[in-house]
Amino acid sequence: MEWQPIHKSLAALQVSPNLVDYVQSCRTFDWAQVHRALTGLPDGQGLNIAYEAVDRHASGPRRNHLALRWLGKEGEVRDFTYASLAEQSNRFANVLCTLGVNKGDRIFVLASRIPELYIAVLGTLKQVCVLCPLFSAFGPGPIEQRLALGDGRVLVTTERLFQQRKIAEMRARLPTLEYVLLTDVPAHLDSSVLSLPQLMAAASPQFTIPPTAPEENALLHFTSGTTGKPKGALHVHQAVLFHYMSAHYALDLHPDDVFWCTADPGWVTGTSYGISAPLCHGVTLIVDEAEFDAARWYQILEEQQVTVWYTAPTAIRRLMRMDLEPRQQYDLSHLRFIASVGEPLNPEAVNWGVNRLHLPIHDNWWQTETGGIMIANYAAMEIRPGSMGRPLPGIEARIVELLENGHVRVVDSPTVEGHLALRPGWPSMFRGYWHDEERYARCFVDGWYISGDLARQDEEGYFWFVGRADDIIKTAGHMVGPFEVESALLTHPAVAEAGVIGVPDPVIGEVVKAFVSLKPAFQPSETLRLELIGWGRARLGSAVAPKLIEFQDNLPKTRSGKIMRRLLKARELGLPEGDLSTLERSAEEAESGATDAARSVLP
Amino acid sequence: MNAVKNFGPKELRQIVLSQLHGLAPEADLSTLRPHDDLRETLEIDSFDFLNFLIALDQEVGVEIPEKDYGKVGTLAGLMDYLLVRLPEAT
Repeated sequence: MEWQPIHKSLAALQVSPNLVDYVQSCRTFDWAQVHRALTGLPDGQGLNIAYEAVDRHASGPRRNHLALRWLGKEGEVRDFTYASLAEQSNRFANVLCTLGVNKGDRIFVLASRIPELYIAVLGTLKQVCVLCPLFSAFGPGPIEQRLALGDGRVLVTTERLFQQRKIAEMRARLPTLEYVLLTDVPAHLDSSVLSLPQLMAAASPQFTIPPTAPEENALLHFTSGTTGKPKGALHVHQAVLFHYMSAHYALDLHPDDVFWCTADPGWVTGTSYGISAPLCHGVTLIVDEAEFDAARWYQILEEQQVTVWYTAPTAIRRLMRMDLEPRQQYDLSHLRFIASVGEPLNPEAVNWGVNRLHLPIHDNWWQTETGGIMIANYAAMEIRPGSMGRPLPGIEARIVELLENGHVRVVDSPTVEGHLALRPGWPSMFRGYWHDEERYARCFVDGWYISGDLARQDEEGYFWFVGRADDIIKTAGHMVGPFEVESALLTHPAVAEAGVIGVPDPVIGEVVKAFVSLKPAFQPSETLRLELIGWGRARLGSAVAPKLIEFQDNLPKTRSGKIMRRLLKARELGLPEGDLSTLERSAEEAESGATDAARSVLP
Repeated sequence: MNAVKNFGPKELRQIVLSQLHGLAPEADLSTLRPHDDLRETLEIDSFDFLNFLIALDQEVGVEIPEKDYGKVGTLAGLMDYLLVRLPEAT
């Protein structure tokens, strides 16, 4: 089916958009303008994300402006002005000082969307420590692995997660983890498991951010790889330039906006756009603690008078399931701009927005490594439903072909599929994979960052997502590495081999499915299937664990014994199995550590 | 159309627990209290919860529209919701 482009009329927009003429904005774009929009630390002491997000507003006219409104699961509301957010994050920074935590040390946060999490994030950045968020639906396995890989020194979490995720047990294996700060216990448990409220009460509300070089490390986000361990993508403080600028153009933030980013700060969207960008703009940020609930979400849009809403395809498709006319049942008159990220937004969903919300939904594309939105649909630019849009001003994106000789060739003819590549140099680009320089280096070929996504570009310059170039599974908007899942299953006594793939799903994109072959003494059964489902959930957590298990003898393997996930997937989807020798070669290249990017891709 | 069966609260509870067990086999359902948040306590994500309610519909013949998901977040809430809507046995 052909989808008609969605035209925009400037006259019909309630608020004049920040980006009126795309081509003109790209042509005249200048990073110096972005620098001027931010303040910098006083006395030329550098650039710090938390200062731009909070302190500069707290010491100016927006001091008493509502910065963050937190909506609790049970209906509680907690409000923070910029002044109070500054004070609270100062206290947290002082807590870190008291504990002897230094610049560059890694502070991990593991919590649902509670105010303490936001305060800890900002306080960590103020003390120029490196923040590493963990998704609260991770099980003990992914948590311990990331804490170990990132040499975490402090973990901020809740009592429930501390118990359920067995943090006390894993501490014996984590020698660098000195302190666990619990957000909801009144008193210290022992000399290293401490009450955060007690520490905060004793800490001073005054804090001076130390000099912060723009290239100082700030954020560490783990993302899944195809093989081996998760990769820790490292971002620096000057990423804030890009957070600010991209929210200006791609989210069209204006100072009086009420902005709701539904992403969890366990993922990069939830930090770049769920904390940093909106606060840098001085807007009011809505944070909802509860998990997705369609009726609740419409209520929040209405009651909080949300003007700009950044959400995900998974949620939009859930809202589409509700057979109702949201504009008739809810007052959404304040809502002005909707954007979506996490996986490609299908054209049906874009048009559902037009028909039911009376607003188109603006898809955009980026990834953990890019730190911010790279390609987007804009308020004043025509939308081509299904397309991720066009690169932000200041961003050069191209389709490239990876050549056998290890070089790339830029594809000049439109509509040809290839690797989506970006010209490095923007401020929020990752500066490394933690402890893995080689893997970082492999992401760059001939002066291009190779994203790992396949795409094409049409005649008008719009980009269209095609697929992943590797085996990484995209489920409910986040990445799951098949290796991590396979490794957990292999620890079960009955499992001989495991191959994990993503199976397409209309709501969450892909569902994690494991093919399992059993050791000779074991027979497939419903009991064993349930046991393996539970085994995965207990170790990996619900966000990563396989939801489907299929028993299969003799999983397809390469000559060297590597399980061929692509063949499993082709069979699952009923696709042609393709040239088996290519499949084998492809799997072997990945195994031998040949460039991640230069892997053969099946047509 | 689903087969209409005559469920009492006890049978219904058994069906609900059995479906929950399928989603979170590692959980000890005997410790689940009537007003616990099912998704949080059992760590069921919204995708699993959706499939759980669809499977329940197939078994007991009560369709729970997305807008009512907020009412069925606990065992007690879910049981109340289902009991008044069960199809009449003929």
